[in-house]
Amino acid sequence: MAVEQNRIIYEHIGLEGWNASISKYVGSGGYEILRRTVSRDRAELCSEMEKSKLRGRGGAGFPIGMKWKFLDRKSGKPIYLICNADESEPGTCKDRMIIYQDPHKLIEGIMCAAYAIDAKQAFIYIRGEYINGYRILQKAISEARASGFVGSNICGGSYSCDITVCRGGGCYVCGEETGLISSLAGGRGYPKIKPPYFPAVLGLYDCPTVVNNVESLCWVPVVFDKGGEAVSKIGSPMDPGTHVWGVSGLVQRPGRYEITTGSCTLGEMLYDLCGGPLPGRRFKAIIPGGSSMKILRWDEKFSIKDADGNIVERRVEDIPLDAQSFMACGTAIGSCGMIVMDNTVDMVEALANLNAFYAHESCGQCTPCREGSLWISRITRRICDGWGREEDVELLTSIADNICGRTICAHGESVAWPVQSNVGKFKEEYYEKIQRQKSQGGMARLDNNAYRLI
Amino acid sequence: MEKNFVNVNIDGTEYKVEAGLNVLEACRSVGVEIPFFCYHPNLKVAGSCRMCLVVTGMPARDRATGKPVLNPDGSPVIAFSPKPTISCGTKVAEGMHVITDSALVRSCREGVLEFLLLNHPLDCPICDKAGECKLQEYAHTFGKADSRYVEAKNVKPKKVEFAGKIFIDAERCILCSRCIRFAKEVVGRDIFGFIKRGSKTEIAVYSDTDTNYLINAADICPVGAITEKAFRFKMRTWFLKVTKGISSESSAGVNTRVWSRNGVIYRITPRENPEVNGPWMSDTGRYEYVESGEKIACAQIDSSPCDSSYAADRCVEIMKLGGVAVVANGSQTLEEMFMLKKLSDACAAKVYMASHTGSDDGFLVSADRKPNTRGAFVTGLISEYPKADLSDLLGEVNSGAVKTIICFGEDLAKLGFDSAALKKANVVYVGREACETSREAKICVPVSGVFEKSGMWINRQFRLQKFEAAVSAPSGMMFESEFISLILRSLTGGSFQTPSIGEIRARMEAEIPCLAGCSKVGDGGMPIDGSKYSGEPFPEKPAFMFGKEEK
Repeated sequence: MAVEQNRIIYEHIGLEGWNASISKYVGSGGYEILRRTVSRDRAELCSEMEKSKLRGRGGAGFPIGMKWKFLDRKSGKPIYLICNADESEPGTCKDRMIIYQDPHKLIEGIMCAAYAIDAKQAFIYIRGEYINGYRILQKAISEARASGFVGSNICGGSYSCDITVCRGGGCYVCGEETGLISSLAGGRGYPKIKPPYFPAVLGLYDCPTVVNNVESLCWVPVVFDKGGEAVSKIGSPMDPGTHVWGVSGLVQRPGRYEITTGSCTLGEMLYDLCGGPLPGRRFKAIIPGGSSMKILRWDEKFSIKDADGNIVERRVEDIPLDAQSFMACGTAIGSCGMIVMDNTVDMVEALANLNAFYAHESCGQCTPCREGSLWISRITRRICDGWGREEDVELLTSIADNICGRTICAHGESVAWPVQSNVGKFKEEYYEKIQRQKSQGGMARLDNNAYRLI
Repeated sequence: MEKNFVNVNIDGTEYKVEAGLNVLEACRSVGVEIPFFCYHPNLKVAGSCRMCLVVTGMPARDRATGKPVLNPDGSPVIAFSPKPTISCGTKVAEGMHVITDSALVRSCREGVLEFLLLNHPLDCPICDKAGECKLQEYAHTFGKADSRYVEAKNVKPKKVEFAGKIFIDAERCILCSRCIRFAKEVVGRDIFGFIKRGSKTEIAVYSDTDTNYLINAADICPVGAITEKAFRFKMRTWFLKVTKGISSESSAGVNTRVWSRNGVIYRITPRENPEVNGPWMSDTGRYEYVESGEKIACAQIDSSPCDSSYAADRCVEIMKLGGVAVVANGSQTLEEMFMLKKLSDACAAKVYMASHTGSDDGFLVSADRKPNTRGAFVTGLISEYPKADLSDLLGEVNSGAVKTIICFGEDLAKLGFDSAALKKANVVYVGREACETSREAKICVPVSGVFEKSGMWINRQFRLQKFEAAVSAPSGMMFESEFISLILRSLTGGSFQTPSIGEIRARMEAEIPCLAGCSKVGDGGMPIDGSKYSGEPFPEKPAFMFGKEEK
């Protein structure tokens, strides 16, 4: 069976003759759902969202309906909605296409969600580097405001809510919701401790706040239109809907593919949609969802319990594309930004690259992540520069273990997981590299391309 | 308000701890120590150092029924959190289980210490904080002896001087943000801040943001990143003797520690008293020990040196001529004031006092710059709030009604007396500091200074607080109470020995009802009933722990 995309969120992306203007969007039936939504009962909308069982698309996979349900509605404080468009995870580029090509879809999603949770004000926190995206959103919001879809008395109803676009300062950690809130409120982008700073209770300006990813918010009108029940039946029951897989790295046709969850396997996507490895090469490893997730070795095999309770052996290419299946293999889909590596990739170099990123992006607030990330990065850099020691391999794992789970936000895991999985699964490459550098000495230490076959 | 208690199991032992405490404080209240860097009881929780990680768990409940899940033996199953939690940011709850001593917790502490020491310069041998540094203490207790770090260390600014009072060393800084929170929450504005990101983060300071409470940042700094300039490279902390003092800066009565060695005071730091000053004190109060003026070396009669007891005898002779006035001082201790009251009654002398006021900063420097004005009321020395000068006394002197002035540490020349007026009466100057008055005085008797005597003061809250002598006075120096009792004895012909401080306190207790119990005052002080004086025009504004509800 040929693998097919199911374009729901990406329905307009890449269409011929399509552009980001409001006329195109309205022409294709846009904002109709918002028009219908603003007269509906809020509690019913929230329960539709809960029934859909949709998981957040930002990376953590927390059910959207649940997030809305936790909102502290009794405090009497205003409720804020924040759209997290600070897409900074290496390998992830799905939200960018929505913002650049279909901003009105996002705006409709934001307004539907804002109405459902009765938000006083909505914010879009966009990654600082997306300068054009910022301009496009500004233009789109002013168009929508002029047409009465944003601002006061939306679609002629009594509900009013405006959208403010705020550019980030170029910090990865500001994609973490409490860090984002700190940054949006004008402070340093420091994630906050939970408890007590759960965004649903003490979020932006200490008011209840919902922070949702761009793709998650684009799902809101779909749910309100089709109903939660119907959406929950798309794809895998535990992780319904579609995922936009941003496949990058060493495949023939990298790109973004929107696939119904569980409808195909990893191998089908990589071979049928992405065209398989480059000519003459073999897949070596993939990082499933954004660089912080644990790496999978292509020749790995997992023992998985199937639906009938039997233990079956599963190869990496047989993993169905949904959150549960990846979880069972000890990793996670994260934000579905898949990075593919083939046999020419030096795993130590690859890890050194990631480590440099995470050391640079650590906010510096809590000790293990602040000091550990730079230490790890310095070690991998040193190995790549030809001065590795055998004990470094164990040291890397030990440092990662000391970071993982002991930090304020999930950046600690982001630092630790790639190291733990990469060193754990490709240990022999580390030893080989270090021993070769030692035995050859001199300039051979700097030969980092020994693994490159071409 | 009644305190509520909850049952908490800490390391397998059941304890009753106060409800609402965080786990760290709860453990501390029952004697289980949890190490921490960034937590400070008087500041908001930052939770960033990760040193206080413990494992906590609550009794498990069945998801469907909500009933507790029980072990076969009937004890509840404890659902421990999968990740360690920060004990400073977690509140205790009924039935909570806390593990502070497991392999995981130990590895957390060891890991955090290893991380903190990676880029720490390890310059303890030349660091002023050594000996009272949390990092040093915990590294010995919980850390590893060796380092696995072979990479180059981060380089950051060192010895950055700020406001002439502190030095900032960004390399030693462990980025706990205590100083930042202190400035924001206690001082009320931003002074310190972080710049840069990740491991390169540096503590930095905004220029022109000096405050009179800046050096508190050096006290709360858990490492040697902020050190006090005046104490820099002066003395190792472990050589210093600590005595409990009270700041004489103002009527706020800030509790202090006076650090001295071989009779030399090296620094003064705040002593925590939640009822008075919390853990803070003003910078100006810290430098009271710095000897500014000339001291009186020995007793003098008409500017020629003599023995103190001879000077006292001469003093009695003059006083017997009558027309005696006493100038008391708001810095005198309660005991001295009590004795002085007896003396002034014995020779029918009128007591004068001058008020010394300054601006009130609404925190720990109050408008009344004398520490014991209220003591003068309580001992009956004065009955109305003193004026800023002694013009009344000057009038009496000029009219000839007053022939002898016994002046305790006040410089009359600054209170309206010119040289002629000083010559007109017989001035007996009793004090430590040399001044215009002491030079012009007929008799000059040196007595122990404020750091050389023990006593009690009553602060603006009508709280009785005692302080100890930090250093001993130079030889030949009398205590003020000793001098007063000496002349009192000669005047009245009483035969008692010079009373000890304890004897004076016992007599005060017996004679002044509101001072009952004053001989047993603890370090925290004792509030006394000052409602009798509520009508007096005390100049203090509402401030920290005084007149306004604040925590």
